[in-house]
Amino acid sequence: MQAFRTLTSKVMPLDRVNVDTDQIIPKQFLKRIERTGYGDFLFFDWRKDASFELNDPRYKGAQVLVAAKNFGCGSSREHAAWALSDYGFRCVISSSFADIFFSNAGKNGILLVTLPEDEVQLLLNRAASTPHYRLTVSLEDQTVKDDEGFSASFTIDPFRRYCLLEGLDDIGLTLRHADALDKFEQKHNADFWLAPKAEAQAGETAHA
Amino acid sequence: MSAPKTLFEKVWESHLVAEPANEPALLYIDLHLVHEVTSPQAFEGLRLAGRKLRRPDRTVATVDHNVPTTKDRLIIADAIAAKQIDTLRKNCADFGVELYDVQSPQQGIVHVIGPELGLTKPGMTIVCGDSHTSTHGAFGALAFGIGTSEVEHVMATQCLPQSKARTFRIAVEGELPDGVTAKDVALGIIGRIGSDGATGYVIEYAGSAIRSLSMEGRMTVCNMSIEAGARAGMIAPDETTFAYLKGRKFAPQGADWDKAVSEWKQLASDAGAKYDRELIIPAIELAPYVTWGTNPGMVIAVTDAVPDPAATQSDSDRRGFERALEYMDLKAGTPIEEITIDRVFIGSCTNSRIEDLRAAAKVAAGHHVHASVSAMVVPGSQQVKAQAEREGLDHIFREAGFEWREPGCSMCLGMNPDILQPGERCASTSNRNFEGRQGQGGRTHLVSPMMAAAAAITGRFTDVRTWEFKKPSGEFKKAEVLV
Ligand code: SF4
Repeated sequence: MQAFRTLTSKVMPLDRVNVDTDQIIPKQFLKRIERTGYGDFLFFDWRKDASFELNDPRYKGAQVLVAAKNFGCGSSREHAAWALSDYGFRCVISSSFADIFFSNAGKNGILLVTLPEDEVQLLLNRAASTPHYRLTVSLEDQTVKDDEGFSASFTIDPFRRYCLLEGLDDIGLTLRHADALDKFEQKHNADFWLAPKAEAQAGETAHA
Repeated sequence: MSAPKTLFEKVWESHLVAEPANEPALLYIDLHLVHEVTSPQAFEGLRLAGRKLRRPDRTVATVDHNVPTTKDRLIIADAIAAKQIDTLRKNCADFGVELYDVQSPQQGIVHVIGPELGLTKPGMTIVCGDSHTSTHGAFGALAFGIGTSEVEHVMATQCLPQSKARTFRIAVEGELPDGVTAKDVALGIIGRIGSDGATGYVIEYAGSAIRSLSMEGRMTVCNMSIEAGARAGMIAPDETTFAYLKGRKFAPQGADWDKAVSEWKQLASDAGAKYDRELIIPAIELAPYVTWGTNPGMVIAVTDAVPDPAATQSDSDRRGFERALEYMDLKAGTPIEEITIDRVFIGSCTNSRIEDLRAAAKVAAGHHVHASVSAMVVPGSQQVKAQAEREGLDHIFREAGFEWREPGCSMCLGMNPDILQPGERCASTSNRNFEGRQGQGGRTHLVSPMMAAAAAITGRFTDVRTWEFKKPSGEFKKAEVLV
């Protein structure tokens, strides 16, 4: 996973609430079995509209996306995070994020920054109205700053911060606890009422 | 004496593998459900890293999202979809995972077959690369959707790093009025708290109205938890739960069954257990609902009118509201019952179980689908389909002019050929009314199975509380649905 430390970049504003993962990447692209190449399909339906922000040359190359509240709601598809990251976004700023998207973004090295609604609105306005608008997002300092005096700090779960800073892979981290896992599993296996398959009986279900 | 605990806390604590300082806890996963869409990259990741699937016996797969629902579905015309399904077959064979494939008499939507086979049990932790995994919480399991990286993580380690969610108790008290179903309970809750109203929480549904629901109804309610942003939804297991599970394929038998039930009985929240948030909803306040906008929180009673954006709080909410009206091609103030529809979809992991089909058939019996509407019924699984056919429900639907299909996700998300055309308006028993969810430019209104059937017949949204129930004709009179 790509590490995230400090990023200075152009900013794309997306002043919409409840941007769901069906919009970020529509279903027809979920049939692919690859993990890459989703950037071309990011916001596929919305970008057919010539005035959609992704088509605006002012925001070309932006690595920071600012959006209104509840970004990433809906389907659990990690393709949404893959599409954002493949397109080039490394950071999304909003006043709230849906849980599963939050987790998926982290696994793909995308930093999600939560700021109060009025600050997000200010950034949305500035990004839309200020030519060459840029933000500097520092995960090391936990701050977001622009060149016009805006400065905000954000909080982030310390472990999530550490993983992003170091670009750490989750499975490797979990395997540090392999002994605890073996021990737990041995004991837990005896709790047959929590096992998916009790001794399967031959034949069909009694309920049908 | 230890402090009183909630159902969620009991399940959480019994699955803690490790609690490293300053890191999320490691939670053991009892059951991992897999389907074709969110698994290929995870299996590939295992291969690339040379890792094994840790517990094939705790992993079960089916095909549901992509499969066509027509009779001739063994040959899939869409080459990319066909490749994804073949990839799952190969992965399951390579890693030793049990697969309920298209031809299996037990194939179906992953959240329908898990409970139906008795894989889902009280007190378990269950994950699946699908947000509606919350469905399984109806049994008192902690069940939640995960992304593909997490799918790979569970495959490799059988556990997941998780931060503990906060708890939210929602009690629906009293008797549900006639015509108000589990779907209306779910929509009524989301309408009250909003589509992000439960973000960060695990909801526990309680109260007499919830307890009076069948397992099918409870699954519908828990299924929609994610539409309020919740991580999961749970209901304490009780006699209804045990009666549903008993005798299922993978349920414990004999003395094991008794032991299991005595364990499961201890799961219910203790008296005096503390929640981070609580809400009580009198059942009498609920009505049959119809969504009017582009997220499930945009919902109103069938007897109401499309609301006015001017009444919303913030600027961004108002813009979202206006955008939704524009997309849905609706005007504020239009009575819901005047909105005409083109399509009806009865199906999805929310409402495709036998009880849902019985309720819809009861409304459809003896009537005929409106001339300008095309309507389809897609059972959630092969077993549901077989049961419905034994009861004669397929005849009732066909006679009334509904299409009767093979099981799968179908038009819930339109990954297979079942999609809306641009501009078409659909009354759907599914769970998401996002823009383009059922096909680009399609307009989705979420409703209960009874409301969907009624809309199919009148061609517009119709209050089922005023429905004239008829008998089906001829040989179908005896259909169990009407007994
Ligand atoms: S029926 Fe719809 S919501 Fe349910 S699993 Fe299938 S696609 Fe997802």
